[in-house]
Amino acid sequence: MTQEAASLSEERIAYLERLVHQAKTAAAVFTQYTQEEVDRIVKPMVSAAMEQAQYLARLAIEETKLGVLEDKAIKNMVAAEFVYNYVKDKPTVGVIREFPERGLVEVAEPIGVIFSLTPITNPTATVIFKCIMAIKTRNAMVFSPHPKAWHCCHEAVRIMAETALKHGAPEGVFTCVESSTLADNAYLMHHKDVRLIDATGGPGVVKAAYSSGKPALGVGAGNTPVYLEKTADLDMAVVDIITSKTFDNGTICASEQTVVIDDEIYDRVLKKFAELGTHICNEKEAELLGRTLIDPETGFQRPMAVGQKAVDIARAVGLAVKPDTKLLMAPIHGVGREHPLSVEKLFPLLAVYRAKSVDEALKVCVDVNHLGGLGHTAVVFSRNDEVIRKFSEVINAGRIIVNSPGSIGAIGGIYNDMVPTLSFGCGTGGGNSTTDNVNVYHYLNIKRVARRTQAPMWFRVPNQIYFNMNAVQNLRQFPSRSTIIVTNPVLEQIGHVDVVRRNLPPQTMVHVTVIPEAEPEMKVVMQGLEALQFYKADQIIALGGGSVIDAAKIMKLKYESPEADLDELGAPFLDIRKRVFQYPVEKTNRLRLIAISTTSGTGSEVSPFAVLLDKERGRKITLADYSLSPDVAIVDPQFVLSMPKGLTADTGIDCLTHALEAGVSVYASPYTDANAMQAIRLVFKYLPIAYEHPGDEEARTMMHNAACIAALAFSNASVGVNHALAHAFGARFGIAHGRANALMLPHVIAYNAAVPTKFMPSPHQRAYTAHKKYAMMADLLGLGGDTIAEKVKNLVAATEQLLDRLEVPRSIAELGISKEEFEPAVPDLVKIAFDDPSWPTNPRMPLLSELADLFWEAYRGRGTAKAATKAA
Amino acid sequence: MATNSLSFKVSPEGVVPGLKEALAKLNGAQCEVVLDFSSVLRIGPKALRAMESLASAADEKASKVVLRGVNVSVYRVLKLMQLARRFSFLT
Repeated sequence: MTQEAASLSEERIAYLERLVHQAKTAAAVFTQYTQEEVDRIVKPMVSAAMEQAQYLARLAIEETKLGVLEDKAIKNMVAAEFVYNYVKDKPTVGVIREFPERGLVEVAEPIGVIFSLTPITNPTATVIFKCIMAIKTRNAMVFSPHPKAWHCCHEAVRIMAETALKHGAPEGVFTCVESSTLADNAYLMHHKDVRLIDATGGPGVVKAAYSSGKPALGVGAGNTPVYLEKTADLDMAVVDIITSKTFDNGTICASEQTVVIDDEIYDRVLKKFAELGTHICNEKEAELLGRTLIDPETGFQRPMAVGQKAVDIARAVGLAVKPDTKLLMAPIHGVGREHPLSVEKLFPLLAVYRAKSVDEALKVCVDVNHLGGLGHTAVVFSRNDEVIRKFSEVINAGRIIVNSPGSIGAIGGIYNDMVPTLSFGCGTGGGNSTTDNVNVYHYLNIKRVARRTQAPMWFRVPNQIYFNMNAVQNLRQFPSRSTIIVTNPVLEQIGHVDVVRRNLPPQTMVHVTVIPEAEPEMKVVMQGLEALQFYKADQIIALGGGSVIDAAKIMKLKYESPEADLDELGAPFLDIRKRVFQYPVEKTNRLRLIAISTTSGTGSEVSPFAVLLDKERGRKITLADYSLSPDVAIVDPQFVLSMPKGLTADTGIDCLTHALEAGVSVYASPYTDANAMQAIRLVFKYLPIAYEHPGDEEARTMMHNAACIAALAFSNASVGVNHALAHAFGARFGIAHGRANALMLPHVIAYNAAVPTKFMPSPHQRAYTAHKKYAMMADLLGLGGDTIAEKVKNLVAATEQLLDRLEVPRSIAELGISKEEFEPAVPDLVKIAFDDPSWPTNPRMPLLSELADLFWEAYRGRGTAKAATKAA
Repeated sequence: MATNSLSFKVSPEGVVPGLKEALAKLNGAQCEVVLDFSSVLRIGPKALRAMESLASAADEKASKVVLRGVNVSVYRVLKLMQLARRFSFLT
């Protein structure tokens, strides 16, 4: 209990407890109501408020002695009719909004008991407004009106409550604290059953609400600056400002406080104000008003003037004005404590400032805004959109009212399409939780029902793929003025470049760029780029293995988009569709890329990936984007017939790894599965033949196709942890990629087939299927087995047999790497593998310790089939 | 020791009288009262007050009040009023 609340008597506490209990009961019962039942209660409440608007306004005037009867009646009507018009068709029970395309539904949950503090300036209108909102949202409300507006508010609550009860609202839905005190408020603000505090009033009330630790809507003071810019419709502006500032004698906290007028129109505008009943004060009069109406101690307005008529204020301070004066206007020459009239004045007195420039005007408006008006309301009159834009950028206000009255404009629904309200959120600038016009959605907990969504998938491949013997002849159909052939020295020596030349259309100007047989470095890319630029190429033919084709992809990227930043484009990403850095769409030049693969493994001729070696910084940049995919792929086995045995084995294993990993990837789809499964079948059948009988044309053809088909799968489903391990290990110990893959492969199959320690989050998959996919592969290969575990075991065994037949090392130890050398490298290997972009599509999320285990299994080799028997 | 038990159905139109009757039985030293709420679709403030009284009486007498067939909307109201923990529930 707070210090203030501690002063309450037991009887008073029991009384307050009863009020809250009634409200709590009503709120609990209210949760059972339907939208129709709620709406049946709201409508007659609105009718009752409309019928009693003048009566309640009169009560408010008599009790508070503030404002204008007619205006208070209008406010009551606005609070009823305009708010009703806004809420009547809004669903507030059950499902309130649906977003079928996003699989999202919003469901309303009432708040429960709301403790509401209402102000002296807008007493009955605020009560009407809050009652309608509370019923519409099935909440119960305990009111604590300002002590000097208690009777009128109590009567407003009574009228609303009786009407609501008559039409079915639960008993106790509205209660009003009798003769409420600060101690009562403190007690209720901290009550465990009060779920929300809605405090409309002065800064003290709002601060107390926010200090309670309860969720709160606190809406307090403002200080509205108005910029009257030289392009404005001056007649409209003057009438609007007078209408607004004199409305209810200026008691609406959104009303205008200081008008900043451009020098060029200043005199004209003041003349118009004077013609319409404004008393323009001289300097002496302005000083008098500031001295008498603003408390020099606090810097705030004195209560004596709040809500009073201009003539009465003038009389009170000894200022001679005409009897029909409706507004006082006093010049100021700065903003702040030393310029008293620059603060909030909830009475018909406007400060006016003459600005020499737009810049000065905006700065003065910012000063006013920061002098107690942050987050509240600001007004601009201008026909210049740039001025309006600048004003809205520099002023911190929840409501920036353009070419209309501030107070009536801020209420919403009259001069603009803002939400009608009697409660203005002032954002963090005003210590509030919202900048909105408070409305029904602030009286609801909105629950989001989020259904599982499946993001659209894709299957993207190069436009044209030509395969089988002599597919290179298809080059003839691609006209080119200037073609660059990128290749490596060996392929040039053995005549492959000549084959390509012979098949190009006549009149094609050809230049050959020979690059080293190694992963491309930036200087190699730049060399090719210079050739492309020098020969003004329109076509580039990459003839080679993965390194050559990767180099050509990057050359094309830089040629077409010279501004492409490879560091940025190589930044890691988790989902290619949500990556931070996008590949350039605008192209400076256009270039056709034709990839002719001379190995059967990497699949670079159809893949969207390229690796660049950054020797200076000792790292690799992996580029991935479908814009990197070659335009045309030629998969002609004549270029692989002379491939050495070792390269046949290494690249063939790479191809198998692509297919196996794409097959179990979390991005696998029926489209990629079809390719992965076919590639696996072809590799198991033809790789041993191609290895043992290099001249076997059929085996070479099928392996060449298998490499391309596997690449179609992994280009869309990506790879997995096997590649992450192989990349790290291969780079550290200088081991060929395919060979490094081979060392990991059986162990990774067993690892993925077991029940994961951590599942990989994947909306694309409904269940863990890696072990089943491996079993499916085993079935496809006719490996036998009755259970999934047996089939996985057989797949691992078949993979090991294949690797044995290819005579590749079966353990890291077999490579001659000692345990003493390997052991200290493992922590780094694990770190690098975990940073590798390959594994996020792996079906099993690898823990660092598991990556270390896999490295050690690969070090020891063998024994994996045993592990596979534990498959899920 | 045998447990005295009374079971009866609460009608949707007569929730408050039904609860008052149960309260009277409890005051008459019945040890367990089973109230069948399966036809009660919603409850109002008066019924809630009667249930609070019933729960208090049951606490005093160390008796048990079992509510059968309470629908989820009514159950939620009892949860909001912190009354659910004072009753036993049967589906």
